[in-house]
Amino acid sequence: MAERVLACAPCHGAQGEGTRDPYFPRLAGKPSGYLYNQLIAFRNGRRRYPPMNYLLAFLPPEYLKEMADYFASLNPPLPPPSVPAVAEDALNAGRTLVTQGDATRSIPACTSCHGPNLTGMEPGIPGLLGLRPNYISAQLGAWRYGTRTALSPDCMQVVAGHLTEADVTAIAAWLSSRPAPAERRSVPQGTYALPFACGSQPQ
Amino acid sequence: MTGLRHLALRVAGVIAATLLAGVAGAQTNGAPKPDAAILAKGEYLARAGDCIACHTAPEGRTFAGGRPMPTPFGTLFTSNITPDPETGIGRWTADQFYQMMHTGRSPDGGLLYPAMPFGSYTKVTRADSDAIYAFLMSVPAIRQPNRPHDLKFPYNNRQLILGWRTLFFREGEFKPDPSQSAEWNRGAYLVEGLGHCGMCHTPINALGGNTESQAFQGGLIPMQNWYAPSLTSNREAGVGDWTIEEISDLLRTGVSKRGAVYGPMAEVTYNSLQYLTAEDTRAMAVYLKSLGQETPPPAVSSVPGSESSLLLSLGKTVYDQHCAACHGAQGQGKPPHYPPLADNQSIQMSSAVNAIRMVLNGGYPPGTAGNPRPYGMPPFAQTLSDNEVAAVVTYIRTSWGNRGAAVAAAEANQLRSAPLD
Ligand code: HEC
Ligand code: HEC
Ligand code: HEC
Ligand code: HEC
Ligand code: HEC
Repeated sequence: MAERVLACAPCHGAQGEGTRDPYFPRLAGKPSGYLYNQLIAFRNGRRRYPPMNYLLAFLPPEYLKEMADYFASLNPPLPPPSVPAVAEDALNAGRTLVTQGDATRSIPACTSCHGPNLTGMEPGIPGLLGLRPNYISAQLGAWRYGTRTALSPDCMQVVAGHLTEADVTAIAAWLSSRPAPAERRSVPQGTYALPFACGSQPQ
Repeated sequence: MTGLRHLALRVAGVIAATLLAGVAGAQTNGAPKPDAAILAKGEYLARAGDCIACHTAPEGRTFAGGRPMPTPFGTLFTSNITPDPETGIGRWTADQFYQMMHTGRSPDGGLLYPAMPFGSYTKVTRADSDAIYAFLMSVPAIRQPNRPHDLKFPYNNRQLILGWRTLFFREGEFKPDPSQSAEWNRGAYLVEGLGHCGMCHTPINALGGNTESQAFQGGLIPMQNWYAPSLTSNREAGVGDWTIEEISDLLRTGVSKRGAVYGPMAEVTYNSLQYLTAEDTRAMAVYLKSLGQETPPPAVSSVPGSESSLLLSLGKTVYDQHCAACHGAQGQGKPPHYPPLADNQSIQMSSAVNAIRMVLNGGYPPGTAGNPRPYGMPPFAQTLSDNEVAAVVTYIRTSWGNRGAAVAAAEANQLRSAPLD
């Protein structure tokens, strides 16, 4: 399989570890179901990044599933945490939003879905560690503006819809400054209940 | 979606409607249910005609239409061809359906835009048209009104189609050539008819004369920027010196010992050709091989000689570092998964557009029943400079006995912004 996905390496790294470009995400170790959902979304044009839409356009779902399984099975080390480019109080605000949310603004804690250690849950919820701040901001922005959508009900669209520009910056800075936990794998399906339904995560 | 855009562009040059009223169509819709063999035949022929790909929107319902076909003149949206009586073709009779396929007119006499490839489908026999009709009448009816086309003035006027028809439309069923084998005739019928290969592969200056046609000159498609090679020239897509098996493999699986398909051609294999029987792709191969005759003189380069020798030495460095692992130090490839570049006519064509775009964008051949897990090529747009892209393309076009011409960095630069969908 490694040879079959050489076409992905310039952007995602030979092990799916990511590259220096901050907008090119890590793939390794994310839940296979999540990766598969993304590959289908790119293939069908629901998630847009033209070089990827183009590469995947004529690949059958079974093969995309194999690619997803392959990258999910890899576990290269996480990159060193980013040095936060925001002030201390923004960083604290980021931590609070991620770990506790803000009930007054209907923002659920990110950990309530992405897991107490932010490692995600099989099969559809990705971990949020090892991503660069620019990538995280771009994705949350894409949901807010409707250019990224997930299977319905799209819970991330709801979550992102409640976030302000400043929230996004704070969250991205804090998440990307986190060191790797000892256990990086996503927890099994059903380990905890989600606060509300997500189409990408069959209950 | 590359293929669609390509097709639409090929035909959009001219366009629109007639007042000619009432085409055929007395027969009613109450015929007895056709048998399973007819339905299976109809489904197969619909695959050969690639109806599903155009008439289904991404993530949309099968045959319900709504797929956008962008053109320089605006966007066409394909029609709902499910048997829904209100929004589909449920009220059409088999006669009316045949009239549409054969003449490009809808039951009310209106002229269809040639983005619907009736220019090729006119060759389809009545029996085959009836089978397709029976199959379409058997698919689930979906209520989904057609989305109006979004064409700029004056192209939104269907009258303009008359002009196109006068120049390019020749109505008439396929006439077998008695001097050729049955297999050759079957291949010709599929290639010229349902396969509508000519929509892309006919020399583009066939549009000749008017301003729109200038845009098509040289085979480079505006907005699309893929080169549709000539199927009759062995220096382009002509396969005169390929074996029947190699041609048939290419069409059906997307890869072969001689080359792989990509871009708009990958879509054709993925959506249509991979579903054809081995006998039918073989017949197409027999016919295509007989077309590949003409061998025009080698291309001439616009790049000065001194510059091209510099390009060549840089090109070799880039090639050895980035390409040789897959395509081999001598361009021999590892067929069928990594196509050979030596003696591969598709990279030596006078237009270097396709080779440059391969290097910039990479690609996977289509995943087909015959090659379900294709190997891919990485995009080099990020890693190589314009100069390096031009150098490596020059190198592969002129090494190992290849006789293509050098390309300039400016060409590589221009193609960086070519659309990818
Ligand atoms: C030209 C660079 C490039 C190449 C080549 C490429 N990708 Fe990507 N990929 C990206 C970028 C950039 C994104 C993020 C796009 C966005 O902003 O939504 C991405 C996103 C993804 C995602 C979603 C990741 C996530 O966490 O949501 C997956 C899965 C993926 N790519 C798989 C692949 C596979 C498999 C291949 C090879 C077949 C591949 N990519 C080739 C650039 C690339
Ligand atoms: C109700 C559950 C839920 C909550 C709460 C939630 N997420 Fe998500 N998140 C998901 C799901 C499901 C996905 C995968 C969506 C898909 O399939 O594309 C996701 C995906 C993401 C991604 C994309 C990751 C990538 O690699 O591209 C980011 C970033 C993200 N969430 C950030 C957050 C942040 C920040 C919060 C808190 C403010 C949050 N999420 C709260 C369910 C949730
Ligand atoms: C390259 C894309 C393409 C392919 C392939 C294609 N069509 Fe079409 N078709 C169109 C477009 C675009 C229209 C709308 C034309 C117009 O509005 O003038 C259309 C219109 C039609 C209509 C008229 C519908 C109406 O309500 O007037 C029928 C019927 C039809 N197509 C059947 C087919 C069948 C059967 C096939 C396969 C044998 C096929 N098409 C293949 C693009 C395509
Ligand atoms: C949507 C436009 C389009 C249609 C329709 C189309 N082609 Fe192509 N074809 C291309 C393009 C562009 C290329 C150049 C890219 C490539 O070589 O794969 C090509 C290449 C080819 C090649 C040369 C491949 C090589 O490696 O040298 C052959 C042979 C061919 N087409 C045959 C056909 C046949 C037969 C049909 C009809 C069943 C057809 N094409 C329909 C666009 C099209
Ligand atoms: C990881 C393996 C790999 C590498 C590295 C690679 N290629 Fe490819 N190449 C392929 C595959 C696979 C295809 C078929 C792709 C398709 O059909 O979409 C291909 C197709 C091509 C084609 C089209 C051939 C044809 O039949 O028309 C050209 C030209 C090409 N490559 C040039 C290059 C150049 C130049 C480089 C280095 C800059 C390079 N390749 C690097 C795997 C590779």
